[in-house]
Amino acid sequence: MSTLTLAKAINEGLRTAMEDDSKVLVMGEDVGKLGGVFRVTDGLQKDFGESRVIDTPLAESGIIGTAIGLALRGYRPVCEIQFDGFVFPAADQIITQLAKMPLRSLGKLKLPVVVRIPCGGGIGAVEHHSESPEAYFTHTGGLRVVACSNPVDGFHMIQQAIRCDDPVIFFEPKRRYWEKAEVEKGAVPLAFDRGQVLRPGTDVTVLAYGPMVKTCLEAAAAVAEEGRSLEVIDLRSLNPLDTELIFESVRKTGRCVIAHEAPVYSGLGAEIAARITEACFYNLEAPVLRAGGFSTPYPPSRLEDHYLPDLDRVLDTVDRTFAF
Amino acid sequence: MRVNWPNQDGDPISTALNAQERHVTPDASRGAEAPPELVQLLTPEGERVEHPAYDIDLTPEEVRDLYRDLVLVRRVDMEAVALQRQGELGIWASLLGQEAAQIGSGRALTDADMAFPTYREHGVAWCRDVDPVNLLGLFRGVNHGGWDPAEHNFHLYTIVIGSQTLHAVGYAMGIQRDGADAATIVYFGDGATSQGDVNEAFIWASVFNAPVVFFCQNNQWAISEPLEKQSKIPLYRRASGFGFPGIRVDGNDVFACLAVTRQALKNAREGQGPTLIEAFTYRMGAHTTSDDPTRYRVAGELEAWKLKDPIERVKAYLFKNQLADQEFFDSIEAEAADLGRDVRKRCLEMPDPHPLEIFDHVYSEPHALLAEERAQYAAYLEGFEGSER
Ligand SMILES: Cc1ncc(C[n+]2csc(CCOP(=O)(O)OP(=O)(O)O)c2C)c(N)n1
Ligand SMILES: [Mg+2]
Repeated sequence: MSTLTLAKAINEGLRTAMEDDSKVLVMGEDVGKLGGVFRVTDGLQKDFGESRVIDTPLAESGIIGTAIGLALRGYRPVCEIQFDGFVFPAADQIITQLAKMPLRSLGKLKLPVVVRIPCGGGIGAVEHHSESPEAYFTHTGGLRVVACSNPVDGFHMIQQAIRCDDPVIFFEPKRRYWEKAEVEKGAVPLAFDRGQVLRPGTDVTVLAYGPMVKTCLEAAAAVAEEGRSLEVIDLRSLNPLDTELIFESVRKTGRCVIAHEAPVYSGLGAEIAARITEACFYNLEAPVLRAGGFSTPYPPSRLEDHYLPDLDRVLDTVDRTFAF
Repeated sequence: MRVNWPNQDGDPISTALNAQERHVTPDASRGAEAPPELVQLLTPEGERVEHPAYDIDLTPEEVRDLYRDLVLVRRVDMEAVALQRQGELGIWASLLGQEAAQIGSGRALTDADMAFPTYREHGVAWCRDVDPVNLLGLFRGVNHGGWDPAEHNFHLYTIVIGSQTLHAVGYAMGIQRDGADAATIVYFGDGATSQGDVNEAFIWASVFNAPVVFFCQNNQWAISEPLEKQSKIPLYRRASGFGFPGIRVDGNDVFACLAVTRQALKNAREGQGPTLIEAFTYRMGAHTTSDDPTRYRVAGELEAWKLKDPIERVKAYLFKNQLADQEFFDSIEAEAADLGRDVRKRCLEMPDPHPLEIFDHVYSEPHALLAEERAQYAAYLEGFEGSER
């Protein structure tokens, strides 16, 4: 057991993956000497050398495009996109190439490329540094999309993503990088396409992922004193969704709130709500409700506390499910 | 340092193109061919030097004005760094070391010319009469850009690396279609030259002969990555592959930056198409206030560049040639101190925006979804009336 921050846990996960498999490469802007702007790749270039930990030119389309080429040659590149807002120059390579090439080859080509994206707001940054672009990718067939929320998952899920033969978009909640937890490195991890009940409860199912998991756990703790019992599920995998786990919980509670930082409109919550309505219609006591960002560009940082759904907004949404 | 310039007819920039084409040998892939040429008119020691292709005739008053600009923008920058340290700004991207590149090029612009900055062009903003306090809004987190670009012919800051180069070319194509006597200048860094957008901008500008000047401040670093991670040839030589002239100028020499940019803008206005100017300079500070350069570069590098400081050489020149006395320098210092105080005071006075401003200006016409979200959030906030939110 060791106590690790999320950033350090992912770092150690990368290190373990690189030790286990010499084909694993790390590439991105400033990932080498600097160790990435969040230090997630700290020390890797020193230990694995410049040919395995590559400071790339400043061009995201180039990072993903060349990672595809390296993967075609048998490597397993782990690409870092420095901030969520800068994945868009790479969107073409991700959506038109990375997601579709395996299918186009009738399964002959595998593209085990991992795209790591620090995501979400709450760090007081300037524009383009606080985005939650997951829905663009969950909407794209051919990509697996996962989000870790804590150091334990950070350590294990990054290794699982690297071992996976499919392209994986790997979201890391940047405002949780400094959160600590005990990580048991030898533990057998939960499959990375499964969700996890982090706090069992009976009254309302609360679904979250990435940065919102902690907020929802805090919300659950806050209302527990009032005698309201929230079941908090960390989705972990956003495509595919662990629908069985979700349905089982909602069938029990009859109520569901989904929380994400991304805009509610056309967000991942809409997909989940539709699926729950279809599968659990007769168990529902109230419509599935969502707490999330507004349908505006991410605001200047002095307003981000209003934009991001916080504990109060999650609980307000929970309250509203009892109004039905 | 004197530069030997090939003796050729024609305007300096086309001469530069020809000169540089001659230097590009077939095996030039490692950039080991002819050493890069550097246009310099004022040495680090404050000596005026001649350049066969570029000259500049400045009155003593003009030189003193340039000096004043340099000192004042450095002061604004210092104040912003301090404000960030004290928690008043979320982040700041310092221009320290790049004052001459920005003031020289900025002062080359006419009112009708249009400038497209990155996030570091505080000196150019100064030349475009943007109130320095308005630059702080983005970094303080109260807005995404606090000035009217059309009022100043100075576009908003662009954070996504390289995007603005295409906007500048499109704008220049508009100028071209309007038949206006104007040009566009676009700023970007050495790192940005790797972006697809920047390379597409070069192609567009070349193919459409757009009146645009690409002003690349090569400050040697893109956060932690040195220039070698982006290019194996001097950046100005990239231009020849795209079919327009490229030129390297001493980016710490305000005279040279002014002269070269003036000529490039003139050529653009006269229908001779784009120019790439590589201003060879140095980022003397951290990438931003969030960055720690001790992790990736040695202190000696900074020490060497301090000897080439863009302000000191102008001061030396003014002194040596008795174009300014101590009283003048003192008055500029006093003005800088006042400006710093004023910027600080007005920064602290900047109000936080009202939460419902999140919904403003997203669309220019009424929008049902936003109206609904706004009303819901207003009602939600009312529920907290009297308590904290
Ligand atoms: C598309 C994109 N990718 C990454 C970043 C993060 N980033 C901000 S500044 C920077 C380095 C820029 O270097 P350069 O172009 O040389 O300009 P400088 O900051 O040195 O002025 C990077 C990678 C970004 N802003 N935009
Ligand atoms: Mg640079």
